[in-house]
Amino acid sequence: MTVVIGYIPDQYGEAALTAGIEEAQRRGTGLVVVNATKGDALADRRYVGSAGLSELEDRLAGLDVPHEVRQAMGADVAEELLRVVADTDADVVVIGLRHRTPVGKMIMGSVAQRVLLDAPCAVLAVKAGR
Amino acid sequence: MDTLDLLLDGFGNALTPENLLYAAIGVLLGTFVGVLPGIGPAMAVALLLPITYGLDVTQSLIMFAGIYYGGMYGGSTTSILLNTPGESASVMTAIEGNKMAKRGRAAQALATAAIGSFIAGTIGTLLVAFFTPTIADLAVEIGAPSYFAIMLLSLVLVTSVLGTSKIRGFIGLFIGLTIGLVGLDLSTGQARLTGGFLELADGVDIVVVAVGVFAMGEAMWTAAHLRRKPVDVIPTGQPFMGRDDWRRSWGPWLRGTALGFPFGAVPAGGAETPTFLSYITERKLADRKAGDSEFGEGAIEGVAGPEAANNASAAGMFVPLLALGLPVTATAAVLIAALQTYGIQPGPTLMADQPDLVWTLLASLLIGNALLLVINLPLAPLWAKLLRIPRPQLYAGILFFASLGAYSVNQDPFDLALLVIFGGVGFAIRRFGIPVLPLILGVILGPLMELKLREALDLSGGDLSGLFNEGLAIFVYALVVIAIVLPVALGRFRRSQGVPAQDSMEEVDR
Repeated sequence: MTVVIGYIPDQYGEAALTAGIEEAQRRGTGLVVVNATKGDALADRRYVGSAGLSELEDRLAGLDVPHEVRQAMGADVAEELLRVVADTDADVVVIGLRHRTPVGKMIMGSVAQRVLLDAPCAVLAVKAGR
Repeated sequence: MDTLDLLLDGFGNALTPENLLYAAIGVLLGTFVGVLPGIGPAMAVALLLPITYGLDVTQSLIMFAGIYYGGMYGGSTTSILLNTPGESASVMTAIEGNKMAKRGRAAQALATAAIGSFIAGTIGTLLVAFFTPTIADLAVEIGAPSYFAIMLLSLVLVTSVLGTSKIRGFIGLFIGLTIGLVGLDLSTGQARLTGGFLELADGVDIVVVAVGVFAMGEAMWTAAHLRRKPVDVIPTGQPFMGRDDWRRSWGPWLRGTALGFPFGAVPAGGAETPTFLSYITERKLADRKAGDSEFGEGAIEGVAGPEAANNASAAGMFVPLLALGLPVTATAAVLIAALQTYGIQPGPTLMADQPDLVWTLLASLLIGNALLLVINLPLAPLWAKLLRIPRPQLYAGILFFASLGAYSVNQDPFDLALLVIFGGVGFAIRRFGIPVLPLILGVILGPLMELKLREALDLSGGDLSGLFNEGLAIFVYALVVIAIVLPVALGRFRRSQGVPAQDSMEEVDR
């Protein structure tokens, strides 16, 4: 019984993290932060490095919520997230939404869409601060 | 002042807008491939070999020279920002460079690398211009037996002195020599190792081998290791140096140049040894000057010295290449292949036969070096972004150019099949840790050596003593024996004295 948060180190991931923490506190459950990468480039801005990781741990440690950070690597980032959702038998998965151009979505696919359609639980989709 | 006049003539030829454009393209492309680990200047030049069909020889050499220097520089960017050296010559730069970057001094590390490369490259190229004519004059006198001996020495040095494992080096060398043997025998017309394929009668085209081993092999290797944990990139701004950084850098720059150039110029070339020596020297000097040297925490001297040594040895490589036709690095080997496609036989007579070409090349090296500084200092943050290119897209592009290049040699699909085979060889040597340099040198020097061997034996009527009838040849064979025996003997001696043989890398990490 947990809240799973799809996290990337930018404003969208930040929004998801904030909403996810609130959700976990409201439900009184633990939370699992998931950060996944395709791992097919030498560097990935959306992958949390060692400095960012310890910062994230520190922030979560300040809360009175059982927490865990998982990093995953696979061909499909959405699949990696959904695997954690299934693993932890999550109540809700929290993701950040962003605007995409139709062409960009066609070429790159959409992680959010995959999660919305395929998640076995409720999905909380949040937007970045205006 | 003959040399200066000739060099100025070279500048006159090189400084056309069109040539400058090719120099700029070469420098940018070289930095691009240097920044990305796994892709180096040798692969880039191999991929561009087919371009030589459409370009003037001077222009393609200008571009390739730019790629070579650019690749050397690009490797330092990756070392400093990622701690993942783009190529072996940058390993030493990574030690202090990455620590500097972690302390927020990435901009200064990049600046000292770029300016040091420029200074060392310029001094090195000038030294090439002054040394090469003299050596070439002497080299013209060298007879076939001595020339054969020198090539043998170069192969032995590259194979047994460089690299960690002699047996792996020799495996690479013999694979290369075997590939070089394929085709019709020069004097008897017998088919060798052609397996009945008519297409192989002319031998295997060097473009196909180079592209297969470098590009195809690397692409397969990457495909087999596609997903790797992304590394932390240290963000950087515009490179710059403060007054104190300048004061601490110029000494290491000059010392690095002095160490790098001779190592690049001898046939045992490679930039690994001089960069290592430069690092050790700077570290010792810093320790002596002040008890609390910054070494180990990001000392600018540890970046400035090895980077200068790296580029000076890159310049030194042109001495054996232009004076003797001897390649000492993988890139030089591919450059020789490029010359051969123009029907130019690199060798002692190159300076006499093609003076315009040589001097224009040297002038364009100096120009490319200056362009490198002008272009790269402002572009450093952009180069760091290259690291985010996904491997599938990047290598798809490389494979496209590889296939195009291999096909364009003869417009024959047979070459594409050969490309896949050599790609398999390239994959296998990466898998088993066999160095690529002896292999590619074997492919290129093998046929040349055979030619000289035949020449010497024809002169002596087939008598083996014809190989030893020159004083120089005997001297060089003595060096060959020393090069083979000395490391083994030293190893024995150390073991019998109970001194554990130390790996040079371990010594640095201590």
